Amino acid sequence: MIEVKNLTKCYGKHLAVDNLSFTVEKGQIYGFLGPNGAGKSTTMNIMTGYLGATKGEVLIDGHDILKEPEEAKRCIGYLPEQPPLYLEMTVMEYLRFAAELKKIPKEDMEIQIEKAMRLTRLSDVRGRLISNLSKGYKQRVGLAQAILGFPEIIILDEPTVGLDPKQIIEIRELIRKLAKEHTVILSSHILAEIREVCDYILIIARGKLVASDTPENLENSMSGTGHIEIEVRREQKEVERVLDRIDQVKRVEYTLLEDGTVRAQIEAKGSGDIRERIFHAFADQKMPLLTLKLNKSTLEEIFLELTQK
Amino acid sequence: MKAIYKRELNSYFHTMIGYVFIAFLVAYAGVYFMAYNLNYGYPYFSYVLTGILFVLLIAVPVLTMRSFAEDRKNKTDQLLLTSPVSLPKVVLGKYLAMVTILLVPCVIYLIFPLIIKSQGTAYILTDYLSILMFFLMGCVYISIGMFISSLTESTIIAAIGTMGVLMALYLWNGILDFIPSGAGTNAIGVAVILSLLAFLVWQMTKNWIISGAVELVVIAGTVIAYVAKSELFENLLPNILAKLELTDPMTVITDSSYLDISGIILYLSMIAVFLFLTIQMIQKRRWS
Repeated sequence: MIEVKNLTKCYGKHLAVDNLSFTVEKGQIYGFLGPNGAGKSTTMNIMTGYLGATKGEVLIDGHDILKEPEEAKRCIGYLPEQPPLYLEMTVMEYLRFAAELKKIPKEDMEIQIEKAMRLTRLSDVRGRLISNLSKGYKQRVGLAQAILGFPEIIILDEPTVGLDPKQIIEIRELIRKLAKEHTVILSSHILAEIREVCDYILIIARGKLVASDTPENLENSMSGTGHIEIEVRREQKEVERVLDRIDQVKRVEYTLLEDGTVRAQIEAKGSGDIRERIFHAFADQKMPLLTLKLNKSTLEEIFLELTQK
Repeated sequence: MKAIYKRELNSYFHTMIGYVFIAFLVAYAGVYFMAYNLNYGYPYFSYVLTGILFVLLIAVPVLTMRSFAEDRKNKTDQLLLTSPVSLPKVVLGKYLAMVTILLVPCVIYLIFPLIIKSQGTAYILTDYLSILMFFLMGCVYISIGMFISSLTESTIIAAIGTMGVLMALYLWNGILDFIPSGAGTNAIGVAVILSLLAFLVWQMTKNWIISGAVELVVIAGTVIAYVAKSELFENLLPNILAKLELTDPMTVITDSSYLDISGIILYLSMIAVFLFLTIQMIQKRRWS
C-alpha cells in the first residue's frame, strides 16, 4: 500500500528524518509514536507530498508521490497537525471546497459530505462560520475533510489533540470503523491512545525508526526487562541471604516499607520465569511471602527505553 | 483549479477586500472623470486612466498581499498542496481570481466613454484600448504582488514590499536618469550584473567549476568587447532597462493615440515570468 524507502530530510544541517524505511499494509491501523520533535510530522508531510524529501522515495499504491503526484494524492486523505481551515467559510462551504479539490464527482458530492459530517458529528454546526467554532469542533472539521470521499489511505497527525474525553472515544471508534475498509496511519505522543487503537506501532526517535511491531509483540519482546516484586516481613539481610542462593537473580533493589516489611524488586537473568523458584526458596526457610508478582514492562517503559538512548 | 478560483473569489467578497478594491478604483476614476472630462471638457477618458495609475500602486498590494502569505500562515497551503491539484493550477486559480476582481472596475470604466459620447465627440476606440492596457498593466502588477506574497508569511510585509516595488516601477524613467551613460561605467555595470548571474549559478549548483567558468567567460567577454568596440557600451544599461518601463505603453495611447503592440507583449511576458517565479518559489520552499 505505502512503501517508504530510505527517507531522509535535512533542514539545513539539522537532520529531521534519518534514513527511514517501512511499508504499510492495507486495512490496518498504524501508529507513529515518538517524543516531540522526533520527525513524525515531517515524515507525514513527506508522505502526503507537502514536503520534498532530501533523499529516498515514497510509493503510494505504486505511484511515486513526486513523479505522479495527482494519482498518489488522490488515494490519501490528510489531517495535518494544525487543521488547514479557512476561517471565513462555513463548515458546509469548506467541505464543498474540499470535495471539489479532491475531484469528487458533483452528483456524489452532497452524499459524501453528509456521510463525513455524520461520522464526525458536525451536522448541527454545518451553517456556522469555522472561526466561531471551538477547538474540538475545528479539529472535527479537519477530520471530516480528511475522510471526505473515503480515500484508501487516511493519514491523521495527532487527531485527538484538543478534544474532550468523550470526543476522544468517539474519534477512536470512528478510526476503528474506518480501518475496516481503509488504511489508517495516525501519530501521537500519547501512548495509551496508540496502544488502544493501533494494530501496528512504529516508534520513531530522532528521525530514526527504532522499533516496529504489534503492541503485543513489542511488550513480549521486551519482557526480559520485566521484574519480580516480593514483600517479606523480615530483616533485609535475611532476604538477601535467600536471594543470593538463586543463581538466576541478576540484580535486586530493596526498599524498606513503613510496616517493617522489605520489598525487593528482582531482575532475572534470561527470559525464564523464576517465580516458582523464589517461592520455594523462601518456603524452605519458612519465610512467608506477602507478595509475589511479575511486573511486565509496559509499553511506556519500552517507549522510554527506546527513545531515550 | 476551478474550486480554488471560486473559493478565492468568494473570499475576497467575504472579507470585504474585493468590495473595497473595486470601490476605491471606481471612486477615484469618478473624481478624475468629473475633473478632466466633465469640468475641463477633455474628450478622452484615457486621461483619467493615466491619472489614476497611482491608485493601482496602493490598491493592488492590498489585493495581492493575502494570496499566498496568509495560506502559509494559517497552514491552509497544506490542504492545497496535498490535494490532487497540481501547483501551476493552484497558482493560476488564485491569480485568475484576483484578475477577475480587477476586471470589475475595468468593465465599469467602459461606461465612461459612452457618457462622454452622449455629451458630444468621443473617441471610443482609443478609450477602450486604453482601458484594455490599463487592465493588462494591472494584471502585471497583480502578478508581481502575488510573487512577493509567496516570499513571505506576513501579509503586511507582502503589502509593503509590493508597494515598494510597484512604486519603483512607476518612477522607473526618473530613476534611469541617474544611471551614467559613459561606455566604461556601463561596461563595469554589465560585468557586475553578469557576475551576479554567475553567483546565482553557484547558489543553485554549489559547483565551483561551472560557476567559475561562467564568471571567467563573463569577465573575458566584457573586457574583449570593450577593447574591440567600446561604443557598444555607451548608454547600454539605460537602454536595456528602459525597455522595462511599464507605464509607457499605457500613456502612449493617451498621448499619441497609437497602440503599442510591443508593450502588450511586454505585459504578457512579465505576467508569465512572475507566474513562473511564484510556482518556483513555492516549489523551492517544499525542498528546503
